[in-house]
Amino acid sequence: MNAKTYLKSKLLWPLILLPLAFLVNLSLGSVYIPFGSILSGLFTDYPLEESWLFIVNDYRIPKATTAILVGGGLSVSGLLMQTLFRNPLAGPFVLGISSGASLGVAFLVLGSGLITGLSASVLTGPWAMVLASAGGSFLVLLAVVGAANKIKDPMTLLIIGLMFGSLTGAVVSVLSYFSRAEALQRFIFWSFGGLGHLSWTGILILLFCCLLGLILAIRGIKVMNAMLLGPGYAASLGVSVKQSTLLIVLSTSVLAGGITAFAGPIAFVGLAVPHLVRQIIRTPDHRIMVPASFLWGSIIMLLCDAVSQIPFSALTLPINAVTSILGAPVVIWILIKKKNLMF
Amino acid sequence: MLNVENLTIGYLSDRGQKNILADRVNFSIGQNQLTAIIGPNGAGKSTLLNTLAGQLSPLDGSISLLGHSFKNLTPSQRAKLLAIVLTKKEYSDHLSVREFVELGRFPYTNWLGKINAADQQIITRAIKATQLDSLMDQKCGMLSDGQRQRVSIARALAQDTAFILLDEPTTHLDLAHKAQTVMLLKNLSKQHNKGVIFSTHDISMALKMADNIICVTPGHVITGTPDQLTDSGVIAELFDSNVVQFDPSSRQFSILD
Repeated sequence: MNAKTYLKSKLLWPLILLPLAFLVNLSLGSVYIPFGSILSGLFTDYPLEESWLFIVNDYRIPKATTAILVGGGLSVSGLLMQTLFRNPLAGPFVLGISSGASLGVAFLVLGSGLITGLSASVLTGPWAMVLASAGGSFLVLLAVVGAANKIKDPMTLLIIGLMFGSLTGAVVSVLSYFSRAEALQRFIFWSFGGLGHLSWTGILILLFCCLLGLILAIRGIKVMNAMLLGPGYAASLGVSVKQSTLLIVLSTSVLAGGITAFAGPIAFVGLAVPHLVRQIIRTPDHRIMVPASFLWGSIIMLLCDAVSQIPFSALTLPINAVTSILGAPVVIWILIKKKNLMF
Repeated sequence: MLNVENLTIGYLSDRGQKNILADRVNFSIGQNQLTAIIGPNGAGKSTLLNTLAGQLSPLDGSISLLGHSFKNLTPSQRAKLLAIVLTKKEYSDHLSVREFVELGRFPYTNWLGKINAADQQIITRAIKATQLDSLMDQKCGMLSDGQRQRVSIARALAQDTAFILLDEPTTHLDLAHKAQTVMLLKNLSKQHNKGVIFSTHDISMALKMADNIICVTPGHVITGTPDQLTDSGVIAELFDSNVVQFDPSSRQFSILD
């Protein structure tokens, strides 16, 4: 078997598993709906119970679709960060990008309450949320990249990312202190993260963000492969390091920013999934890593969401808690297995 | 031909001040030749090499490659004329030798970096010249220093350029691997018709193997054949004669007691 078919076969598994995970995700939830009924409801005209139909069509399918976009998009953005910073611990959450997005949203949600005269519905519509969130993450990312140009040590860079995180956190608390109760409540609910509250319009906007981010990421595949050689070699091959950095930063902020606007700051997916994929695929080639990260990220997000529903009970955990409980051990495992600390 | 005319090398400080290491540097190097850049620490070997590689702008003067002025070349045009081999290890350990060498084709491949049959042929030739056949599927992180050096050279060969610049390719290597590497470079210049320029601390080796020597001393850059530089006493004056002494007949330095 030659190397290319071998690598393509690596994409086959996630392509099979993704629809399965999708179905599993659909069949689990606080209301018990038999798996067979869901299948027949999806693929035949067999009449489903009215309430089931509503639950599946108007709640579970949008939620599962959101999970696919959120998980895939965050994983790709984490992969881009790890390549750009040549650092295995980089990810949208760690580098303060999610905090930047939070800051953007906080300004919008909490700040709009302070400005009178402007229509609150315009300011808090889904597009405004996306713009604020992506704008915030873009600015923080630019600041981190700026710092990265001066500071070569990756560990220092991570600490700077963390500092940006606490800085934006502080600004958010100042904003919260001065804002009205309803606005604050909305912001806090947003910050818990969640996949289940999106309308189809929201999903379309999210899809647009993910597509845009992915197109930029795919456009950057060749350059990112050259970046695996390090900045010196990349420049000698004719890569404009500045331009490519901007391309990757744009892609990441559209992905992570757009997703965070809708689903809230979701931890660890962006950091952990590319590492899991590297264990399976064993090549850093972005032609494989980008699609594989997206597929596996979607699968993992669907499963995390299924777990968060606590099957067969009416309880639901915040999705952020589930991804952290699953993601944090992965990061610890990477740190302990230092030999494999690769980007 | 690599032509250097009236070049001033150095770097700009943070405040925009010029720190000149050497000026009025003139030399030309043909393909087919092995050229060593030697000189004491801090005199500007790396600065000269980085300037030739296009990673550092010259403070003054001009460099031209096969008749193209450096200033008028886009980075991707330059990448087809000049390849570099770095000593600093900044690449991903996760890359396999095959992937590492394939990335040398970067300036020629399509937007996704697809390797076609013609690319494959050049890669195979590079692999053969560096005797890496058995290591193709190894991860770069698992290689010894000597193997790593050969992989880096193979990548530069795959880039299929008229000139290859190497930054101290023999550091970290033991004597046998040093000799092997320099012999490989000599072989590349003669049989693959490449202009090979490398910086080195090993002056005796450079005098023995290189066709040309570029000697970077504080303030001056002197170019010539090994014989010329030995006979004119340039080599003997490189280091403080109270510490080390040069013996022109054996072309070796010895430490004074």
